[in-house]
Amino acid sequence: MIRQRGAWLFLVIICVLAMSTGVRADGYDAFKGLEGTLKISGGTAHIPVMQELAREIMTRYPAVRITIAGGGSGVGIKQVGEGLVDIGNSGRRPTDEEIATYDLRLHRWAVDGVAAVVHPQNPVRALTSRQLQDVFAGRVRNWKELGGPDQAIHVFTRDEASGTRNVFWKKALGKGTIRKDADVVPSNGAMKTAVATDPAAIGYMSVGYVDETVQAVALDGVDPSVENVRSGRYPVARGLYSNTKGKPSALAQAFLDLLFAPEGRAIIAAKGYIPADK
Amino acid sequence: MTRRERLTRKILGAATLCAAALPLSILIFMVVLARPLFSSFSVTDLLTGTWEPLQGRYGILPMMTASLLLALASLAVAFPVSLGCAGLIFGLAPPVVTVPLRRLVQLMTGFPTVVYGFVGVFVLVPAVRDLFQAGSGRCLLSALVPLSLMITPTMTLFFSDAFAAVPRPILLAATASGADPVQRFVWVVIPSARRGLAAGMVLSFGRAVGDTLIALMLAGNAARMPSGFLESSRTLTAHVALVIAADFQSLEFASIFVCGMVLYVLTSCAALCAWRMRAAAERYSG
Repeated sequence: MIRQRGAWLFLVIICVLAMSTGVRADGYDAFKGLEGTLKISGGTAHIPVMQELAREIMTRYPAVRITIAGGGSGVGIKQVGEGLVDIGNSGRRPTDEEIATYDLRLHRWAVDGVAAVVHPQNPVRALTSRQLQDVFAGRVRNWKELGGPDQAIHVFTRDEASGTRNVFWKKALGKGTIRKDADVVPSNGAMKTAVATDPAAIGYMSVGYVDETVQAVALDGVDPSVENVRSGRYPVARGLYSNTKGKPSALAQAFLDLLFAPEGRAIIAAKGYIPADK
Repeated sequence: MTRRERLTRKILGAATLCAAALPLSILIFMVVLARPLFSSFSVTDLLTGTWEPLQGRYGILPMMTASLLLALASLAVAFPVSLGCAGLIFGLAPPVVTVPLRRLVQLMTGFPTVVYGFVGVFVLVPAVRDLFQAGSGRCLLSALVPLSLMITPTMTLFFSDAFAAVPRPILLAATASGADPVQRFVWVVIPSARRGLAAGMVLSFGRAVGDTLIALMLAGNAARMPSGFLESSRTLTAHVALVIAADFQSLEFASIFVCGMVLYVLTSCAALCAWRMRAAAERYSG
C-alpha cells in the first residue's frame, strides 16, 4: 500500500515536471486558458497572415475559435467600430475622424508593398511611373506602345474604399485619373483571378498576394521585392493595421501580441510582408 | 363567431399587419439613411447624374441603366426558352423527355449563383474576350448568359404550374374541336394561362434585377453609362456591394440607400404590373 502510494506520488511528480519543462515559453502561450470566438474582418491583404495564425492557434487551443472575413478596409473599420467584430483590419491608417468616432486603437504589424501586376506571358516586366500613369489614365491603350504584343490593354482596378487602391493611386499613380472603363474587382483575390486569366490585363495588388500566376512589374527599375519594400527603395507601400474598439478583449490582445512575437513575425515574413515593430 | 375564432382572427390580423409594416419600415429606413445626401443634392441629380465620388458626384443613372438593360435582356432570352421547356413538360413531348426535363429544371432552381459566377469567370469571360475582341470580356453579355440560365428554371416551373392549372374541360373541348396538341397548346393553353405567365415573368424579373454575384463577377463593374452589351458595366446591386466598403459617414455610403430605394421601387412596380395584368385577365375571362 505504502509502496503503491509512493509510486503514485512519483508519477505525479514526473507529470508535473514533464508539463513544466515540456511547455516552452512561446507566443502561443498567451492563449492558455482562453476560450471563445474571435471575429476578424476587413482588409483582404491581411487575410493570408490571419488565416495561418488562426490555424496555428486553433490546433493548439481548440477552445478558441477564430473567424476571418474579408470586405475591405472600409468594412473592417466600420464593423469593428460598430462592435460587430473584435478586430477590424485596414490596409490604410484609419482617418482621424474614424479614430475619434469609434475610439479605435491601431496596431500596425506589417508593411506591405502594392505592385502593378500583369499576366505571366506578358513580356512587359518593367514600367516607368509615367508609363504606369498613362496606362491607368487611358492615354496608352495598347501593349505595343510599351514593347509588348499588339493587343489592347485591359485595366483592372479596385473600388474607391479599397486600401490597396488608395496607396496605389497616391504613390504609384500620383493621384492621377484612372480610366472610366476600367474593370473593377472587389478584392485582392479577385484581382489575382482577373489578371491571371487575362493575357492583356494589368492590375495592382498587395505584394503578399503575388505568386507565379501573375507577374509583378518593376516600377522605375525597382522590383517590388520584400527587400526593396523594407529598404524603402520601392515606394508604393503602406502599413497593415489591425484595429480594435477601445481596449482589446483578452483574446484579441493575445492575438495582437502574437503578431509582434517571433512566431507571428515568421508567418508575416513567410507570406511576403515585412513585419513591423510594436 | 366564437371567442376562439375572434382571437385567431386578431392574431392573424396582427401577423398580416407586421408583414405589411416590415417592407414599409425598410423603405423608411432607407430614406432616413440616405437623408444626408438629399440635403446636398436634389433627387434628379442623384437619379440622372454620373458616379464620380472624387469629384463629389454620386449619380446612379449608369447603374440603373445597366441593371434594367441586363434584367430585361435576360428576361427576353429566358422567356422563349422557358415557354418551350414548360410546353414540353406540359405534354408536347413524350414522358421519356418530360420526366427528366422536369427533374433537371427543379434541380437547377436551387443552383447557387456563385457557381454560375465561377464558371463564368473561367470559361465564359475568356470565350467572350476571344470571340468578340472587345475589352477584357467582362461585360453585360458575359453576365447575361448565366443570368438567363439562372432565371429560366424558375420561370419554367411557374409556367408549368400555370399550364397545369388550365381547366381540363377547356382542353377536352379543344381536342374535340379537332385541334392537334400543338394547336391546342398555342391557341388554348397559353392564352388561358396568361396570369401565371405574367406572374412567372415578374418574379423572374425580380430575381434578375436583384442578383448581385453574377453581375459583380462578370459584368466588369465600370461605373459609366453602358453603350452596348460588350462593354464593362456596373449594375445597382454590384454597385451596392462595391460601395458598401466606403466610410460609414461618407456620402458614398449614403448613396447606396438611394440604390436600395430604386431597387425597391423597381420590384414594386413589377409586382404592381403583374397585379394589374391579372386584374385585366380576370375581367377578360370573367
